Amino acid sequence: MKKNSFFLSILLVLLLVMAVTPAAWGAKAIKIGVIGPMNFVQGKGHWNGATMAAEEINAKGGLWVGKKKMKVELVKADSNEFLSVTDATNAMELLLTRHKVDFIVGGFRTEAVLAMQDMAMDYKKIFIGCGAATDEICTRVAKDYNTYKYWFRQTPINSTFLGNTSFIHLGTVGAIMKKYLNIPKIKTAVVAEKAEWTEGVVKASQAVLPKMGMEVVGVWRPSAVATDVTAELSAIQRSGAHMIFNWFSASVGITFARQAGELKIPAARVGINVEAQKDGFWEATQGMGNYGMTLNTYARGVEFNELTAPFMNRYIERFGETPTYTADTYGAIIYSLAPTIEEAETLNSDKIVAILENREFAVPAGRLAFIKDAQGRHLHDVKWGPGYITALGVQWQDGELKGVWPNRWVAAKGAPEITYKGIVPYKIAPWIIEKYKK
Amino acid sequence: MILDIITSGLINGSVYALLAIGFSLIFGAARIVNLAHTAFYMVASYCIYYGTHKMGIHPVLAMLVAIILVTLVGLICYKLFINPIREHEAAVLIATIALAMAMQEIMLLIFTGDFLSVPSLVKGYLEIIGVKIAYQQLLTIGVALVILAGVWALLKKTRLGLAIRSTADDREVANLMGMNESRVAMITMGVSVGLAAFAGAVVVPLAVVNPHMWMHPLIMMLAVVVLGGLGSLKGSFAGAYILGFAESLVVFLIPLGAFLKGSVALCIMILVLVIRPEGLFGVAFEEER
Repeated sequence: MKKNSFFLSILLVLLLVMAVTPAAWGAKAIKIGVIGPMNFVQGKGHWNGATMAAEEINAKGGLWVGKKKMKVELVKADSNEFLSVTDATNAMELLLTRHKVDFIVGGFRTEAVLAMQDMAMDYKKIFIGCGAATDEICTRVAKDYNTYKYWFRQTPINSTFLGNTSFIHLGTVGAIMKKYLNIPKIKTAVVAEKAEWTEGVVKASQAVLPKMGMEVVGVWRPSAVATDVTAELSAIQRSGAHMIFNWFSASVGITFARQAGELKIPAARVGINVEAQKDGFWEATQGMGNYGMTLNTYARGVEFNELTAPFMNRYIERFGETPTYTADTYGAIIYSLAPTIEEAETLNSDKIVAILENREFAVPAGRLAFIKDAQGRHLHDVKWGPGYITALGVQWQDGELKGVWPNRWVAAKGAPEITYKGIVPYKIAPWIIEKYKK
Repeated sequence: MILDIITSGLINGSVYALLAIGFSLIFGAARIVNLAHTAFYMVASYCIYYGTHKMGIHPVLAMLVAIILVTLVGLICYKLFINPIREHEAAVLIATIALAMAMQEIMLLIFTGDFLSVPSLVKGYLEIIGVKIAYQQLLTIGVALVILAGVWALLKKTRLGLAIRSTADDREVANLMGMNESRVAMITMGVSVGLAAFAGAVVVPLAVVNPHMWMHPLIMMLAVVVLGGLGSLKGSFAGAYILGFAESLVVFLIPLGAFLKGSVALCIMILVLVIRPEGLFGVAFEEER
């Protein structure tokens, strides 16, 4: 009898618990797969951003999906995509088949993302890219909408826009050099790591720079993992270059910046150096990366809108570092997915796609809208330009990564000047001033 | 431009020479092809990074500690993984590459894949007729020369060197003469790994520390030793500078093909092998022994 009473009591307690938590009872969580190279900065950014987003959503009790409130559950998948595309597809396979995730965010290396994209599309799962810039990933959506419509790019702006922005940065710094150092014609050395993504920009540089009134003194193509570029630097110095238009995404970015700084090569470095976008760059170059400028998404103290500072502050407080652009998994979950799920009142991919592709909303890096191609077909790619996402020009200034562009930028004739809050003036390295100041 | 090519070639060559000497030594003396050689260089680099950045000790002290630690690790690895299979050359190749991969993964787990660096021992640069050379690079050239002289003195002027050369010459006879051949091989391994760690200590301020930093030097080092003649210290030294100069020539003469410098160096190696399969100093080394 005593035994029966005991079991009856437990049953009653369980029934009571279920009765007072009706929303949670029977509701499964929304599973979001976070995929990226987790042993590298990029993957850590993916995970950190997603973690912050999930914590914020769950702290509010979850998301309303119709009449059910569902919490967000993250599933971490290490794609190891820098070293192996096969590892990346295996990780994606696990997310889709074993963990049966509802959505996927992340990805970085183009070759891996293209393969992972196909897999996610096969399963009709929404995959929001937060790393790869190649245009092709989004042109697939336009070319075969029914297959690829589940893909969206959250960050970065695509390769074409990245290229355009970098040319604007080069022109801006060139104008500063001309003005302050009285250089009549800027000579520029183009240095691009040997990789697929730089092929277009090398050709574009040779064609566009003369039109910008600059002389191209040479093009150097070191290996992406070169450990010594002193020969290239000597040759650049011999060429009399005032500026170096560099394009690096791999470790050569550290080697180049460090050796250029150590040898005080009198040429301003502008362009894209992915390693220089990270907090660890200063230490990795032993401070020799000073005055190098690169395109970037975030910089401490720079605000695009009212969402930037809260996001940056929470991220820095939580993880102790400035977010890189892959941490935009935060925006992908909080601003892209969450409101769309609540509006769709379902986790059905097709219904969510139909809403998301037409939305326009603020994210910590600006205002996000998805563009269409010239024929009016959906690309699900990020809109670039004033009022939307522009990215930043950032410069290392004595140990701090400062936002230096846009600074009174006028995108087109008659357009308003743009300067984000927290932008500071560009600084010319003292050894360049010493060399050219007359 | 000629001066640029000469200085750049000397710098590249010295880095390769530093790495190749230890590898050549263990192959020449014990017939062990240690493909984990540059992985020890990578581990030494991480030890130095840990010492300088995490423990805050002086770079020179960190380097000394790293050399000792890595040498000990090398000896343990030799005892556990190489010695039992020493007679089977193919097995040694596989075991050492597996060892290198294991070390890479361990470093990846501990330090992640972030790119790290250690400070230069000597900061600043020297300008000679418009060519800038960092002091650290000059140091590398000097150290490469000192190391070569040191290894030569060890082999030619000491009893240990005599034992190493004897066992390299004929293991069985050396055994019959009362030499503990196994111990000599182990000591040689210790010296070789110590040299890899030493190379790491000198070269690491010029490099980017990451778990994969051992792969490219391994390929170049193999090219150097094959070009110079397997096991020949003199050959390794000459091979290192030939490839160093070849790389510089590529960068200065074909800037758009700067990424091909490694491939050009390897092509030179293949060309030499076709013309002279034993390498540049292969025969001379046989005579030396």
